[in-house]
Amino acid sequence: MSVRTERSGALVDGWVMTGRYLRHVVRAPEEIVIYFSLPIMFVLVFGYVFGSGMSVPGGGGYREFLIPGVFVMTMLYGIGATATAIAVDTGRGVLDRFRSMPMARSALITGRVLADLARALLETTVLLVCGLLVGWSWHHGTGPLLASIGLLLLLRLALSCAGVALGLVAPNPDTVSMIVFPLAFPLSAVSNVFVAPEMMPGWLGAVSEWNPISATTAAIRELNGNPGLGGETWAADHSLLLAVAWPVALIAVLGPLSVRLYRRLGR
Amino acid sequence: MQTTFAVVAERLRKRYRGGHGATALDGFDLRVPAGTVYGLLGPNGAGKTTAVRALTTLLRFDAGRAEVAGADVAREPGTVRERIALTGQYAAVDELLSGRQNLVLFGRLHRLSGPAARRRADELLERFGLTEAAGRSAKDYSGGMRRRLDLATSMIRRPRVLFLDEPTTGLDPRSRNQVWEAVRGLVADGTTVLLTTQYLDEADQLAARIAVVDAGRVVAEGSPDELKAAIGADRLEVVVRDVDRLAEAAAAVAGAVGAAADVDPDQRRLRVPVTDRVGGLTAAARALQDAGITVAELGVHRPTLDEVFLNLTRAEARR
Repeated sequence: MSVRTERSGALVDGWVMTGRYLRHVVRAPEEIVIYFSLPIMFVLVFGYVFGSGMSVPGGGGYREFLIPGVFVMTMLYGIGATATAIAVDTGRGVLDRFRSMPMARSALITGRVLADLARALLETTVLLVCGLLVGWSWHHGTGPLLASIGLLLLLRLALSCAGVALGLVAPNPDTVSMIVFPLAFPLSAVSNVFVAPEMMPGWLGAVSEWNPISATTAAIRELNGNPGLGGETWAADHSLLLAVAWPVALIAVLGPLSVRLYRRLGR
Repeated sequence: MQTTFAVVAERLRKRYRGGHGATALDGFDLRVPAGTVYGLLGPNGAGKTTAVRALTTLLRFDAGRAEVAGADVAREPGTVRERIALTGQYAAVDELLSGRQNLVLFGRLHRLSGPAARRRADELLERFGLTEAAGRSAKDYSGGMRRRLDLATSMIRRPRVLFLDEPTTGLDPRSRNQVWEAVRGLVADGTTVLLTTQYLDEADQLAARIAVVDAGRVVAEGSPDELKAAIGADRLEVVVRDVDRLAEAAAAVAGAVGAAADVDPDQRRLRVPVTDRVGGLTAAARALQDAGITVAELGVHRPTLDEVFLNLTRAEARR
């Protein structure tokens, strides 16, 4: 056979699979439009409609307070895309083909996760521009800005693992959205994304402060000098640490879990 | 020359955990000669798909031994995967990608370089008559086109054994013929094909040998002709012009072939089992001519695979 083989193993397979998922986006651009409409709507509805009635503890503009939270929330809702893609793949014959081929078994997962990160980078860029347009900015230079983007990608990685696990346990792609929304909505609502935890009833404020979504949001506010830094609690004081620790812990649990669920298919 | 077997399964057992705990494979034995089309025929739930999934490394079996393309399925699944391809019941293509992108993707996953994968994709598109539709999303393909794309994908690395799980279920007759043509082409190239089907007609058309599967094991095996012969002898059938002479005809034919005839006056027909098709036919024709009986129809009929199948699975149900 007149073909040259390339034996670079799992990395190449993962990369090919990443290309596959990215091609899906290119071939179905309407999905990305729908996808972006949600965070942009949140910026507009909360920033302008409710925002006029909101106040930020310690002063500062509400929209500047809101934007870091919208970044984080967009990462959170990405779970849906991940889980749906995995559920679509596992629910059809295409997974059988992948599994009956001599390719690396990890490729489906690594490919999906890498594609998620590429997508997260695109989303962050769009939201950055969107944020600048409504009055948000970074006040401490590019270093902290890049660190913030790093934290977002780290969180997305953790959420991507969660999405893969969810996609593997979901009986079919249609049930994914039914699971994701009730999971993601409380996580974003009971957080510091829209309302500062000190303005919530005591116990709810505590839950909200320890929420991984809040940790990354608070860290981004802190890094970029945005308003709404929390009160005197431990969680509020250590938001940077939590913004790293939470995703790392989630990856440590959900990563191996996803791999195990994937291996168990077909037994 | 010694026959080499592309697929060997010995006493495979698989019981699904949980649920109803059904035994899907119950001492499944199989030997598929290399370079042929082999049909696994059986009703829904007989264990055909489970057998294919076990042989293609997708499913671990609980007991028994299997060897595919010279490699042990349980011990060397990686080697097996390098030598086989699977086209499952549901077209295993990426619906969002175009036909060409699908072939390039799977070529890359088969570790072909980018240019080699693209070249192979174009060759296969041409061969499977998909060049025109190469740029369209697979989801816009007709059922037959999707199956052909699926087969083309399976052929990227020229597998030694190709597993086809119900390749024509749900296809219209024209698409089905296209798939059959493609399968015949693959075998001409030297690929061994293991085909599962519910359609007797399909097994009869394509397969050199057939195993009838029921309740997780092979209940009969042989060439289509052998299977038909096993269930019952060939029948000589005569239709006479004049019903009044039917009894006389029956006596003449029975005497000529040496077996009792079965008469059906409503259809002016008589039937008699024969072992020697040509000899029986000639003797009966001569006897009828000598007796001066005018015949409307005379012929030897072989039982259809449908009869074989119903008979075997019915026997199984009684057990």
